[in-house]
Amino acid sequence: MITRTGFYPNMIALQTLLRKETLRFLRIWTQTLLPPAITMSLYFLIFGKFIGSQIRQIDGYAYIQYIVPGLVMMSIMTNAYANTASSFFLTKFNKSIDEMLVSPMSNLITLLGFTLGGTLRGFLVGVIVMIISLLFTRLPVHHPFIVVVMAILAAMVFSLGGLINGIYAKRFDDISFIPTFVLTPLTYLGGVFYSIQQLPPLWRTLSMFNPILDMVDTFRYGLLDVSDLNIYLGFSLVIILCVIMFFWAWALLCKGVGIKV
Amino acid sequence: MNALSVKNLTKVYSNGLAALKGINLEVAEGDFFALLGQNGAGKSTTIGIICSLVNKTAGKVMVFGYDTDTELAQAKSLIGVVPQEMNFSLFENISQILINQAGYYGIPQKIAVNRMEVYLKEMGIWEMHNQPAFRLSGGMKRRLMIARALMNEPKLLILDEPTAGVDIELRHTLWRFLSKLNQQGTTIILTTHYLEEAEQLCKNVAIIDHGEIIEHANMKVLINRLNVQTLIFDIEKPLIQPPTLNEYRYRFIDDTTMEIEIHRGQSINHLFHLLNEQNIQVNSMRNKTNRLEELFMHLIKENKDHS
Repeated sequence: MITRTGFYPNMIALQTLLRKETLRFLRIWTQTLLPPAITMSLYFLIFGKFIGSQIRQIDGYAYIQYIVPGLVMMSIMTNAYANTASSFFLTKFNKSIDEMLVSPMSNLITLLGFTLGGTLRGFLVGVIVMIISLLFTRLPVHHPFIVVVMAILAAMVFSLGGLINGIYAKRFDDISFIPTFVLTPLTYLGGVFYSIQQLPPLWRTLSMFNPILDMVDTFRYGLLDVSDLNIYLGFSLVIILCVIMFFWAWALLCKGVGIKV
Repeated sequence: MNALSVKNLTKVYSNGLAALKGINLEVAEGDFFALLGQNGAGKSTTIGIICSLVNKTAGKVMVFGYDTDTELAQAKSLIGVVPQEMNFSLFENISQILINQAGYYGIPQKIAVNRMEVYLKEMGIWEMHNQPAFRLSGGMKRRLMIARALMNEPKLLILDEPTAGVDIELRHTLWRFLSKLNQQGTTIILTTHYLEEAEQLCKNVAIIDHGEIIEHANMKVLINRLNVQTLIFDIEKPLIQPPTLNEYRYRFIDDTTMEIEIHRGQSINHLFHLLNEQNIQVNSMRNKTNRLEELFMHLIKENKDHS
């Protein structure tokens, strides 16, 4: 009997899922694209213009210029995470995940479809926030390749994180717990608003265990050519994190955790 | 070739509930097969495992010869499923739901768009195709799920209570449609609580009770095993004295309605003869319950007594 399986049908399935995910966040743009644009405009205005003008330069840049890369990265991370966490959880909640489970598309395609959807939203929000930042300050781009690759990698790591959260989540509360109690503190303590050189030794050492610091620092290096850490180490760490989370999420989907009984 | 072959299928849920206790089931290609059972008997679990929505504990499932353990994608590409409960996003457009489903099966969009039109027209909801799904009525949602299950033109269509909660007209439309589909070569497995539906449509039947198959037979053969059926007679006028119907057991429901039991081997002609002799004019006659229903209840009771 002839069956429709293999590479080509799986590519159509991936295209379908990615289109669905993209249309989803574009359709509800007032909930997905507009809020980060407004929030970051306020950050630029208050922390950058009003308060930032009172703060001395860091590494030769005005305070607003110094915090733009961190705020762009923060937007990328939170939006990539929120996208997959909420989309996957809602798909589970309304049982439309069954549409994928009964079909011959592989778990790898499901994983890629959701992850790339979240990555795309994170990247798009990053571009929007960066464009908005240009209304407030001038922004040099010293290493465009590093900027783009780190933005994509960070979006991917957080998109995978959101997916894992969505897989485990049983209630709506479960998809807001990690962002509120884990990611937000780590992001704010991840060098978005300051250089870790300004921290006391204990806090500087503790910050080294925060992977978000590496993402922010490497991204900032790509834009401003200034860095507190070794960017090669930062890249390696993010890639390793990405690989670990990829296989973790894949294993969960293959086992059917949270989606099959 | 069997469209479906299930061997020693077992499912024990994490709470310890043994939903399936090593069931065996075979459905021939081209069959219209009824899987019957009470609520919680294991029907939906069986279907869930076949469609990969539920993880099995043990056993083997083969779909058109493809083993779901080693050739899952091939097996799934041949199945279409209409679940018992609604399982689509209410905020998506109807056309998008169908095109996406086809996409998950690896069907290019151009083909999917054509099929969508065909099946939505077949189901009578084509005019709603640009509407979000939440605008559909309950019956329309059911039809949408049937259209969605057909998008990959499955060789094996599994319907888990497709007519639950739908009006009589739609139920009859679906029956006609499913019969046509079956005549065109699609193997159909149906679970239903309307045993009249199963008796009318299905060629073969399995009855599942407490996770075990207690009957697996040809529908006609099974119906013929019915020992007794109860007929209701509407008579023209009240009788002055009770009739003499010899070996036929009867009782009056009201003055002009009689319930008469006919055992296997007893003749309805003879019964009419006796009624005629006593000038009892019969206006109409009907089965008290569906024949399959009587048999079903009998088998379930027997299984309960036995266990």
